[in-house]
Amino acid sequence: MMRGKFVIAGVGHTAFGTLPGRSTVSLNVEACRRALEDAGIEKRAVDGVFVKTPTSAREILYGQTLSEALGLQPRIGIALDQGGAANMSGIAFACLAIEAGMCEVALVCYADNPRSGSRATYARPRGDDAAFGWFSTAAGYAMIHRRHVAEHGTPEAAFGAVAVAARRHGAANPNAQLRKPLTLDGYVAAAPLVAPLRRDDCALISDGAAALVVMSARRARELGVKAAVPILGMGQAHTSWEVTQRPCLTSTRAKDAARDAFAMAGLGPADIQVAQIYDCFTITVLMTLEDYGFCPPGQAEGFVREGRIEHGGDLPLNTAGGLLSETGMPGLQLVIEAVRQVRGTATLQVPGVRHALVSNQGGTMHTHATLILGG
Amino acid sequence: MTLPTPEVTPLNEAYWAGLAAGELRFQHCPHCGHRWLPARRECPACLREGAAWEKAAGTGQVISWVVYHTAYHDAFRDRLPYNVAIVELDEGPRLITNILAPHESIAAGMRVRLEVQSDFGVNLPRFAPVGAA
Repeated sequence: MMRGKFVIAGVGHTAFGTLPGRSTVSLNVEACRRALEDAGIEKRAVDGVFVKTPTSAREILYGQTLSEALGLQPRIGIALDQGGAANMSGIAFACLAIEAGMCEVALVCYADNPRSGSRATYARPRGDDAAFGWFSTAAGYAMIHRRHVAEHGTPEAAFGAVAVAARRHGAANPNAQLRKPLTLDGYVAAAPLVAPLRRDDCALISDGAAALVVMSARRARELGVKAAVPILGMGQAHTSWEVTQRPCLTSTRAKDAARDAFAMAGLGPADIQVAQIYDCFTITVLMTLEDYGFCPPGQAEGFVREGRIEHGGDLPLNTAGGLLSETGMPGLQLVIEAVRQVRGTATLQVPGVRHALVSNQGGTMHTHATLILGG
Repeated sequence: MTLPTPEVTPLNEAYWAGLAAGELRFQHCPHCGHRWLPARRECPACLREGAAWEKAAGTGQVISWVVYHTAYHDAFRDRLPYNVAIVELDEGPRLITNILAPHESIAAGMRVRLEVQSDFGVNLPRFAPVGAA
């Protein structure tokens, strides 16, 4: 029984936005220092380091390079590569390692600097198909977005509603990189980038880092951690196939990741008061809501309209602004916001949060992980 | 500015040789019958080797498509806006391609037919709507 056995004991992050002159290792160290301060524990308690590889610049032995900068010789030190799902997979692997007695206190972290460094990854040629002009991360999501519209008649207002909600929430977040609110008219008026994607469908490009401290609930009590947030459910499942080749474009194994996380937690969609849904592109939010069972396939457009996903609505989403407004960092900021919501310390606090859900995903919906936190 | 050139390898040379001869080829597995693109050494269904190349009939349907309004490579700057599509061949394999039709006329499920076109000296498999001249 894993439910409630492990906790997020502390969270930390750097500023988000443009942070010139900082290496990803330096950003990671700052976030880890802040997470340890938040947990109120000494660095020497840490014996596990689970870091997601930086998206924009891959390095071999990154887990060891970071451990050295942290002054640690951990029992488990590893860099994970699942794109944006690697953060929450890192939490799961940390819990499994703790359960097995292979480590006790883990740092799970991520840093990148594509805004002041290289953005080449996002504009990359997609293999030999570059001869057809097939470039960029955005275009892969545009293919999925278009197919969803073709199958379900999803109106542009549904995609716009996701962007508008994120931007409203980000505007209230003093740490958000983009604090300019967006209207539906403003969304529709923006020029297409790779149609059907418009500018405001796309995640920000951001420098920054975030980190969590993960340990058992028992260890947290022994160490006197004050605001530990229990992990109730975890799941992951990976569609893996390139977007060109996967038989279905409009549903992914997010469905299986969520099923496992809900089963572990003993909960269902109706038990969730606030959700942080990975919004690298607006289509991801609509499909995740459908695959998670918040609404039937093709029905997310009805679910996201009329402010229901905004603060004050039935299911507020991405209450700190998500990847569209807070920071384009792939995922850990969503876990941190879920921690704040459960602690009751969020800027846009949702009243009576008992269970907060988070999705992370990576590649072009290649990977997926689900996390449920709560008291 | 020249287009990015596909890398011809021992694994995929039969694919590019087919296009040079004006035909589109895909791989099929003599053991389990699975058919696929792009070139692989092992069958992704049964994992065995010995894939054979087969000529595609050249007909299929559009699965999805996008229209670039920004160029990520200088070679495409003066082609904007241009489309990129996923086409599923009637035999099953899917590939990235361009549709030779006005963007507004492209639709999911639209029937298309192969049209091999030379672009900067490389023959590429593109598709035109069935019935188009």
